[in-house]
Amino acid sequence: MLAADAAPNPWFDPSYVTANWDTILSYLGEHVRLTIAAVVLGALIALPLALLARRNRWLAGGVLGVSTLVYTIPSLAMFAFVAPVTGLTATTVLIGLVLYSLVILVRNFLAGLQSVPADVQEAARGMGYGPARLFWQVELPLALPSFMAGIRVATVSTVALVTVGVIVGHGGLGQLITGGFNANFYRAEIVTGAAGCVLLALVADLLLAGAERVLTPWAQRARA
Amino acid sequence: MNELQAAFRYLNDPYNWTRTNGIFDLAAQHLRISVVAVAVAMVIGIPLGALLGHTGRGGGFTVALSNVSRAIPTLALLTVFAVTPIGFGPTATTIALALFALPPVLTNTYIGFRGVDRDVVEASRAMGMDERQVLVRAELPLATPLVMTGVRTAAVQVVATATLAALVAGGGLGRIITLGFRQQDYGAVLAGAILVAVLAVATELLLAGVSWLVTPGPKRLRVGRARTRTTDAGVVPVTP
Repeated sequence: MLAADAAPNPWFDPSYVTANWDTILSYLGEHVRLTIAAVVLGALIALPLALLARRNRWLAGGVLGVSTLVYTIPSLAMFAFVAPVTGLTATTVLIGLVLYSLVILVRNFLAGLQSVPADVQEAARGMGYGPARLFWQVELPLALPSFMAGIRVATVSTVALVTVGVIVGHGGLGQLITGGFNANFYRAEIVTGAAGCVLLALVADLLLAGAERVLTPWAQRARA
Repeated sequence: MNELQAAFRYLNDPYNWTRTNGIFDLAAQHLRISVVAVAVAMVIGIPLGALLGHTGRGGGFTVALSNVSRAIPTLALLTVFAVTPIGFGPTATTIALALFALPPVLTNTYIGFRGVDRDVVEASRAMGMDERQVLVRAELPLATPLVMTGVRTAAVQVVATATLAALVAGGGLGRIITLGFRQQDYGAVLAGAILVAVLAVATELLLAGVSWLVTPGPKRLRVGRARTRTTDAGVVPVTP
């Protein structure tokens, strides 16, 4: 029998949320900042990698092989690999998260670019499109659904992965999960952290789905 | 790099391997929990996925399940089970890990059975097979590569996630990492990270070999393809 079983220990307690609103908000803020930074940095690195990998099958194999290896490394080990260099900072968490989001994004970016029909590229070149214009006006719009799918998956997984950052004290809402566990198994705090993560992932996914609709108006027209 | 030298010193010390709660003990715990979790997920996921794929029902359900499961932090589930009356310990960890192993097994089995050529099913029926025989003798061999992909994905994920149990006072190799952090001993932290990473990669390679062995017909070794599958939603990996 744990001491925790003797005292009332509700699964959810609104008074916990109101009393600790500022703490929750600051952890939420860190969670959101880490997620956005990881996905944006991941995308900025993944796009040139995907563009390079597309040119050459050997390079594509290399990029996919390395990314699989990175993805096989457990998250706790990843943060542990980075920590000796950057210490107990949010940067440690960010580097790990960028690596994981990068892996998801590079695969989806590559798949999207490869899905552009060769005929369309040929036709655009025939019409005098240079490489930059070809990318912006022809390839990017056609590859956008695959790009957005990758960004959505990367965002949702990153929201979940931020919690592992508790190992260096920067786990966003994950701090509430382990905080409650260490505070004599205080369930209300644990559930607030866990539910917050799931809600945040859901909201982020909905926002990105909305952004996808706005960015690809032709998809709706085609469906209608 | 000092920490790297310290890590190798840690790994080189036989006492660190053989003592109580040393590397051998922790690795044994890690593997025991992982094997049970994957086995539970297989016992539930493969028959259910086969049945859903065979009848062609529940596709939306399985896809939704694997999507939702990605949004739930593994740490959250590990912690939540630890504060139920189950209490923290190997049982809570195993249940949480089995729940995370279920979606990849279920989804891949479903896709495998769903993807069997309908003509093959018709032909088997025409040859006088009953439904059970169609399922086991015609569809199962054809679906095996994808079923094994699901098992491999689940296993690698479980081995990775079992590390997190150490964050909530569980066992396994993650203990070396969490303890190292607590003692500010980055050599031990790195040593733990190396052990965990090697175990994860070894699991991937081992199961790639197993799936090569159990796949009937022309063999193709598909290392690394396991962790992703291409769906309408793009290339979808699982949580590391």
